Amino acid sequence: MAEFDVKTRELLFNYILGIADDRLILGHRLSEWCGHAPIIEEDIAMANIALDCIGEADAFYKLAATFDTEGRSADDLAFLRDSTEFRNVQLSEQPNTDFAWTIARQFFTDAFYVPFFEELAKSSYEELAAPGAKALKEVKYHLRHSREWILRLGDGTEESNSRLQDAVDNLWMYTREFFEFSDSVKLLYELDIVPDNSALLEKWKETVLPVLKDALITIPEDPPYFATGGRNGLHTEHLGHLLAEMQVLPRTYPDAKW
Amino acid sequence: MVISEEKIWELLKEVRDPELPALDIIEMGIAREIKIESGKVTVVITPTYSGCPAMFMIETEIRDVLSKNGITCDVKTTYTPAWTTDWLTEEAREKLRQYGIAPPGKDIEEIFNKNTKCPFCGSDDTKLVSNFGSTACKSIHYCNSCVQPFEHFKCI
Ligand SMILES: [Zn+2]
Repeated sequence: MAEFDVKTRELLFNYILGIADDRLILGHRLSEWCGHAPIIEEDIAMANIALDCIGEADAFYKLAATFDTEGRSADDLAFLRDSTEFRNVQLSEQPNTDFAWTIARQFFTDAFYVPFFEELAKSSYEELAAPGAKALKEVKYHLRHSREWILRLGDGTEESNSRLQDAVDNLWMYTREFFEFSDSVKLLYELDIVPDNSALLEKWKETVLPVLKDALITIPEDPPYFATGGRNGLHTEHLGHLLAEMQVLPRTYPDAKW
Repeated sequence: MVISEEKIWELLKEVRDPELPALDIIEMGIAREIKIESGKVTVVITPTYSGCPAMFMIETEIRDVLSKNGITCDVKTTYTPAWTTDWLTEEAREKLRQYGIAPPGKDIEEIFNKNTKCPFCGSDDTKLVSNFGSTACKSIHYCNSCVQPFEHFKCI
């Protein structure tokens, strides 16, 4: 186990929570499709991707827990924190709305997480690199899936195209939080523990823009401002509702066991 | 009783992934390491997929099988090195094929761009139906040659 000073431990705790929260919140959102997806194959795909995300979250929560000064477990971190303590990007908490919104949210996320996990897997901190390398193999399949659906919906019918265009237009403002490179992340970067997120934006664009174009989707103009704050606990109204549903059981029955 | 590592490896052959009963957890590469320190046994396992719901069951079965033989053990999960389908031996792949699951290829990019061989008739005239099958580790395909659907163990 690598030795870190108190300050680094705190930075690592928050950083790893950000990844875990991104994966858990997105995974929970996807799980809401279970039994409701438009076709059976997609119902299964949504449930499987949700399972991957929640499994990845679990690995990162377990690691984060080793840095928690309050001694909380992975489950405590997932189920007993309030929305202001969650550090996920606001994109992951955006509601499913319809299948096109779900796919757009997924595609934007996958296009970031593939290069991100590629970089994280090179971390000098092996305990962090390992779940990154593991997750990378999974998100490659997620990206393949979401990319195919962007093409299918965009270049499908008038209806599917307009719904996807609507989703892309509305979610575009949530696509920059992934690339924030705050001073605290920079400190970890200088220790060779985490990648420079800001450098991944170009890769993200290389993945996203040509696919949207092929899907006959008009790429939105950049808005006057992009959503920000998720990494510091600032969230849209949607997260509170999601947490209420996700956390109700362990909060009502704190000793409940499977 | 002296507990030997060989004996424990032997016993672990009884534990199978409930989602892939054709192979035991050693052939699968899920059981990674056995540590015996002053009589205390630790079995180290690694998940095939992060969210593999079978891991909990596999853990329980490892404890059960060993305790039936008078051995108590701890089960620890590791993520390093990350599980990969590369660890499946040729023999394990053949067992999968006989079980009706197309074994994983060697390279993910190749899989993404090539048809998967049908495990029943060996034809390459197949198509991908869905990237996600009955479990996270399998995709669904259809063979145009023998006209039946089949599953493929994804390459990770
Ligand atoms: Zn066939």
